[in-house]
Amino acid sequence: MTTLQQPGHGNGSGYLRAPFLSRLHEWIATADHKKLGVMYVSTGLIFFLIGGLEATMMRWQLAVPGNTVLSPEDFNRLFTMHGTTMVFLVGMPILLGVANYFVPLQIGARDLAFPRLNAFGFWLFLFGGLLLYFSYFGAQGLYGMGSAPDVGWFAYAPLTERTYSRGHSTDYWILGLLVSSFGSIATGINLITTILTMRCRGMTLMKMPLLVWLMLIDAILIMIAMPPLAAAQVMLLFDRLMGAHFFDPQGGGSAVLWQNLFWFFGHPEVYILILPAFAYVSEIIPVFCRKVIFGYPLMVAATVSIGFISLGVWVHHMFALGLSPMVNTIFMGSTFLIAIPTGIKMFNWVGTMFGGKIRFATPMLFSTGFLAMFLIGGLTGVMLATVPFDWQVSDSYFVVGHFHYVLFGGLVFAIFAAIYYWFPKVTGRMLSESLGKCQFWLLFIGFNLTFGPMHVSGMLGMPRRIYTYHADRGWELWNMLSSIGVLIQIAGVLFFIWNVIRSLRSGRKAGADPWDAWTLEWSTTSPPPEYNFEEEPVVHSRRPLWDKKHPEDPDWKYE
Amino acid sequence: MALVASCLLSLSFVLPAMAAGGPVCADGASPSPTMFAPRSIPAQKILDVSWFVWGICGLIFLVMAVLILWCIIKYRQDPDDDTEAPQVYGSNPIELAWTIIPTVIVFILFLVSARTIFEIDHTSPPPGSLEITVVGHQWWWEFDYPEQGFVTANELHVPLTRDGKSVPIYLTLESNDVIHSFWVPQLAGKTDVVPNRLNHLWLQPTMTGTYVGQCAEYCGTQHANMLITVVVHEEDDFHEWVTNQRMDAVDDAGVTEGRNLFLQTSCINCHRVRGTIANGTFAPDLTHLMSRSVIGAGVVANTPENLSTWVFDPQMIKPGCRMPSMKLSPEEVKEVVSYLLTLK
Amino acid sequence: MSATPTSPATPLLSPPEAMSQAMDSGKCGMLCLICSEITFFGTLLAVYLFYIGKDPAGTPTPSEVLEVSAAPMKVVFNSFFLLTSSIWITLAVRSLRKGAMGAFAFWWLLTILFGAEFLVGTGLEWYGMIAEQGLTIRTNLFGSGFYTVVGFHAAHVTIGLFLLSLVFVLTLLGFMHKRHAEKIELLSWYWHFVDGIWIAVFTIVYIIGR
Repeated sequence: MTTLQQPGHGNGSGYLRAPFLSRLHEWIATADHKKLGVMYVSTGLIFFLIGGLEATMMRWQLAVPGNTVLSPEDFNRLFTMHGTTMVFLVGMPILLGVANYFVPLQIGARDLAFPRLNAFGFWLFLFGGLLLYFSYFGAQGLYGMGSAPDVGWFAYAPLTERTYSRGHSTDYWILGLLVSSFGSIATGINLITTILTMRCRGMTLMKMPLLVWLMLIDAILIMIAMPPLAAAQVMLLFDRLMGAHFFDPQGGGSAVLWQNLFWFFGHPEVYILILPAFAYVSEIIPVFCRKVIFGYPLMVAATVSIGFISLGVWVHHMFALGLSPMVNTIFMGSTFLIAIPTGIKMFNWVGTMFGGKIRFATPMLFSTGFLAMFLIGGLTGVMLATVPFDWQVSDSYFVVGHFHYVLFGGLVFAIFAAIYYWFPKVTGRMLSESLGKCQFWLLFIGFNLTFGPMHVSGMLGMPRRIYTYHADRGWELWNMLSSIGVLIQIAGVLFFIWNVIRSLRSGRKAGADPWDAWTLEWSTTSPPPEYNFEEEPVVHSRRPLWDKKHPEDPDWKYE
Repeated sequence: MALVASCLLSLSFVLPAMAAGGPVCADGASPSPTMFAPRSIPAQKILDVSWFVWGICGLIFLVMAVLILWCIIKYRQDPDDDTEAPQVYGSNPIELAWTIIPTVIVFILFLVSARTIFEIDHTSPPPGSLEITVVGHQWWWEFDYPEQGFVTANELHVPLTRDGKSVPIYLTLESNDVIHSFWVPQLAGKTDVVPNRLNHLWLQPTMTGTYVGQCAEYCGTQHANMLITVVVHEEDDFHEWVTNQRMDAVDDAGVTEGRNLFLQTSCINCHRVRGTIANGTFAPDLTHLMSRSVIGAGVVANTPENLSTWVFDPQMIKPGCRMPSMKLSPEEVKEVVSYLLTLK
Repeated sequence: MSATPTSPATPLLSPPEAMSQAMDSGKCGMLCLICSEITFFGTLLAVYLFYIGKDPAGTPTPSEVLEVSAAPMKVVFNSFFLLTSSIWITLAVRSLRKGAMGAFAFWWLLTILFGAEFLVGTGLEWYGMIAEQGLTIRTNLFGSGFYTVVGFHAAHVTIGLFLLSLVFVLTLLGFMHKRHAEKIELLSWYWHFVDGIWIAVFTIVYIIGR
């Protein structure tokens, strides 16, 4: 096994690469979970660049007060598309892609339970995303209105009703998301089924790697939370296209109802996005600390309770809506409650680092960055859950800062950790460590410079989603800092792109197990053959490769 | 590296605290609509509980950050050492401790915050309060004083006291179209302004001055320029202001031409000037336009030059706003503006 | 790296053998699909419940339009047909398990016919409401809610009937076999789900909402 093998090409011909068209056909027609995983993640990364570009333009506009780089309409479209893109076309596909690739490998399966459904899910996602972006060209409606949607990613009614949103931009928003969320639901169901029915021999539920546990809960949340969004969007579509009155105040429809429906999906969605981040660092931290994860059963319990509680906290997005004090108090309580399992996870990760022998390779750097940034995002989350404080800073830049610490500092940092960690498995080549470290530090510094000051401008009274502001409000410095931070982040992302291109061509060969890790995916070649494992693995503990490497002191004695 | 990390970490958390020390003018108004300079009882209560929350979260942050840094520094692998670390699978007492401690902390937070919620959130007007109705429009504010019997726009005037005693201001919030949110950070937290729903907001100013805020719920194209000015007066000044607002528009013989022009164009379909046939309600009441310091819901100051530009073509100042250009010639604009300038 | 996977020296725990496939993938997938469908309908029904009695436009009200009657082709009559079809499909699956293809085809056809009756009945009801009572989806909140909820249910019945018919055609062509019983059972689960949802829809729309 010293030379890299390229198994899986059954034709046995001497050609290293098939002609372009047949390779293209192979990718398009594939139902292989690994190819689909790669397609998911690559598409997600491309959308990430588009969404980042949109953010850059917004920061350019906001760098100084009274700027006129963008028209108000363009700005409003940009933040709508930025939010929608980052949540539905970046977060979702990347998390589904990584799960696609590694859940079967980690449970010793040869594919997902329904491979063709899996392919269907991917193409639905992709066409949903393209439909949304087609709105830039195709949504021109009556009165010259149109172009991309400009209603914000949570599309509060009645701004989305025909009266206030003419043309078809909002219809594109609805249809694009409907299509792609059907894909997500299909893949979610696929993951649940795979995890529940296709684990290899010996892998009881409590011997599953944490990634698998977290993706199981994640998929369950997708299955429960996305259909209500679809239902709400269908009703909105009926309002817009057929004249129904669900969210139309003139006809007795309720604006409050849309918010309830949207956030009943929207808050679990936040956890759908962050649980995979937990999953990646839960895999990476132990390996780079050379220590087993601290308190596995408690981690599982915390995951399950996060899944449950996340279905009952949605009203904390609506504290300023004028609901009764009792309702606000109850949902403040449930939101505080979710801080407990989340805190437990933080403690357990730090507990894993404590007493370890930490190697700061790039995946670990990003994971540590994740810990620090998610700590801040989590704590500002606790602050936002405090209703009186939320009355001040809800819908302000403080909130923007908060959720970027969670979703960028949390999720995106964890995604980069995952990419650096698993890139060798997927491609057979290592990413460059030095470029990776440059990327980390640029991104880390740029990120904090961008989103730290947003907390300040929020508390100084700056609402989110404004395309311009007056010079006399004391927000100039903070906005300028945020915009400068973006430049540094761009540099970081360029390092990443360069690193991927370079390493794909001439990266160091990885071998099967470059990180000396413990889960099943590292027991097969890099990249794995189409059938994953030559024979079905049998596991005796949560770390099958640890048992193999340390037969004198295997895990199953302690679990 | 750890040092850089720690600096950045603490910096990113200390930044918000720096906001608290922002500049505040002597007369109570701050150049910045900051929640850290409360000039009203509910805003003060919110700030009190916010400090408490900041304190607790800051403390947790410090503890965790120190723990993480300690691990980063202390447990870095020696390059020559390729043995595995001792495997610790978990510890029930420790895990129990870090389940119980956060539970206790959030329980305390919950109790403290819940008390403040019920103190601030009034579902009926406090005794002796001045009631004003706020109507959100795309993209301006209508202020309706039912007790005093007049309607004005974009500038909310309230007294500091009534009969020498501090007076609660009880706002009823309604929307004419989409969801808006009324937010003047120095006076109170925000409350959404929702169609088909009556919301309420309690202010009780503790200092005179001019306070700024703006719509905080995205409401369409010109959401950014839906600003609010609240002027808190001494009692006598407030009465003076009310007396003026209650009068019909002045009828200055010197601007008859401009007046006629105004009344003959479609201005009157949307605007009201009390005492004339202009009776529209879709746009701000102009009866006392010149008593206001801003036009276009705060987009520019109310100067004759800005007013002329606005009358010529509002889209030049506030692109996307609901008022179209009336296609008046420069001379006609001059006439109309000279009329508007008399509406004191 | 040439070491073969070492099994534990002593089979202390011997869990590999104890591991059983708790559930078949198809069943698990179908259950998940039904779960997500339930949250979809749950949302629609919650909205319907929320809007009961909140209609500012007034007429026509649910009590003016909805006729809870057991007369032929009326809603109670139709519901009876839909709900009993669940019994026939269960009998059909049982026959298929035993390999009794004739009985299977009979019960299966009965299921299709009973389901079709429901669909036709719903269509007639809608025709009456739209053509005679003038209630459409844009008339008022009740119309919006009614046609959305009942329409989505009817759409599910339609999909179900399409799939059932497909199986029936395959049966007639002789492609169905005892070994397909597991898969056919999944389809019957879907059909039971459609029936179950109808009970919820009926209760909320025709009883509570009236």
